[in-house]
Amino acid sequence: MSTHAGLLASLIFVSLFVAVTVLGFWASRWHRADLGQLHEWGLGGRRFGTLITWFLLGGDLYTAYTFIAVPALMFGAGAVGFFAVPYTILIFPILLLVYPRLWSEAHQNGYLTASDFVRGRFHAPVLAAAIAVTGIIATLPYIALQIVGIEVVLAGLGLNGEWPLFLAFAVLAGYTWTSGLRAPAMIAIIKDALIYITILAAVIIIPAKLGGYAAIFAAVPKTKLLLGTGSAANWGGQSAYATLALGSAAALFLYPHAITGVLSSSSQKVIERNAAILPAYSLALGLIALLGYMALAAGVGHMTGFAYGFRRFGANFAVPALFLKSFPDWFVGVAFAAIAIGALVPAAIMSIACANLFTRNLWKEFIDPSCSALKEARVAKWTSLSVKVGALAFILALPHTYAIQLQLLGGIWIIQTLPAVVLALYSPRLNPIALFVGWASGLSAGTMMAWSLHFKSAIYTLHIGGIRVPCYAALSALLLNIAVSYGLSLLWHRGNDASPEAAT
Amino acid sequence: MSLLLLPFVSMLWVASYDRALPAFVGIPFFYWYQLAWVGLAAVLVWVAAKLIGGAA
Repeated sequence: MSTHAGLLASLIFVSLFVAVTVLGFWASRWHRADLGQLHEWGLGGRRFGTLITWFLLGGDLYTAYTFIAVPALMFGAGAVGFFAVPYTILIFPILLLVYPRLWSEAHQNGYLTASDFVRGRFHAPVLAAAIAVTGIIATLPYIALQIVGIEVVLAGLGLNGEWPLFLAFAVLAGYTWTSGLRAPAMIAIIKDALIYITILAAVIIIPAKLGGYAAIFAAVPKTKLLLGTGSAANWGGQSAYATLALGSAAALFLYPHAITGVLSSSSQKVIERNAAILPAYSLALGLIALLGYMALAAGVGHMTGFAYGFRRFGANFAVPALFLKSFPDWFVGVAFAAIAIGALVPAAIMSIACANLFTRNLWKEFIDPSCSALKEARVAKWTSLSVKVGALAFILALPHTYAIQLQLLGGIWIIQTLPAVVLALYSPRLNPIALFVGWASGLSAGTMMAWSLHFKSAIYTLHIGGIRVPCYAALSALLLNIAVSYGLSLLWHRGNDASPEAAT
Repeated sequence: MSLLLLPFVSMLWVASYDRALPAFVGIPFFYWYQLAWVGLAAVLVWVAAKLIGGAA
């Protein structure tokens, strides 16, 4: 066991990285087309079939931060960290029910982003701008956190200083510029192969070393092993868990990068098929979560050799430490590469998605409506670059806790776009002004709840009729949003139906 | 469509699975039950997708 990886690990890490970089640049030739067009650069020309979409969405949804943070939560807080599993289980029915419709509406009208839908449906530029801004702001901290994922493994490899990070980011920026969405789509294939190999090895080798699963679970403090029943008067950990799962599932596909992933597929059938095969990633996620417990059982938190990592990254160092302790040096290189590449893919997709939003729905809408297609693609490329640079600067300059807190808020904010983007598919009579007020209410309420918790947590305890119900703030804020949106729309129509210009 | 409600009901009804027994190869119920539901949900979604495809 070593507390840093050896030279071999670093060599393997770097080789895999180089391979992926080459792929990223080569990707511009894949399905050759004019990458000067925004929909080619930003949506891969809408050509991705079932398998590629599976890789892309998987790359979207299962990010390096997920692989580091979920086990970290299990390591530190126990059972509640497992919410990632029911959360991802609930995604699939939602994906199947809602997103093929969204896809076909986008296909018919040439929509690239969530904001496009809103603009197209309601002709309401203010609401559309609100949706765009929400999307961008919610995604930025997410990108920043991917960088944390890379930082953690670089520290484990013993590559200190800033230059490795700059290098990684420089190449990421390079091939995102040239190839657009094709780059992460291609790299996602390698990423997934590496991740699955790593997980397979981890769940077989590590329990064998630790004495089996029973021994692993025995190492978890009893109070953290299960959620703990509440009482009739306090629904306790269980309602927090359920609302976390439901709220996260509802929010996930509202993120710009998830929408980008869905809209880039070549047909509705692709989405439907993916709803059934994406669960493979869920299984992987569940196993990854258990790595947190394995880290507990392995006692890495108490080993002085790893103190440097835990001091700098807290529980986020649990998985790297576990790998350093349990795997031979060469495989540590593979596993760390899996995590780092697992950061590059979503970082690329997220920055492209933000670029799409900014270019189409803010720049072209308000600043330069007559810009050419070529100019559009240019603006998008610059935006994508700036977003990445900004995220990097943010992480290097500020303590990680800021990024984590912002991401928490981001989840609360993005879910507020649900009524305008999704519910409006089913309720055409929703009024855009009502939706805007709903969005604003949800945003304010959610932010207030988080603020009252000093941004340390997103579980806010509601008091309903004498019962204390811990609830994920995003969900409770969303409910407020929905109530306001529908309530005001109803009032509006009542007012209008009484007049000659009744709304159709 | 009611098929698709099943995952919601089972997953959100946390009290029904927040327990340690029966365990499976040393894994407490809470954990293996949820992992099993990953597979179940996949099957349900696949069936539902076929049904939608048939109706379309």
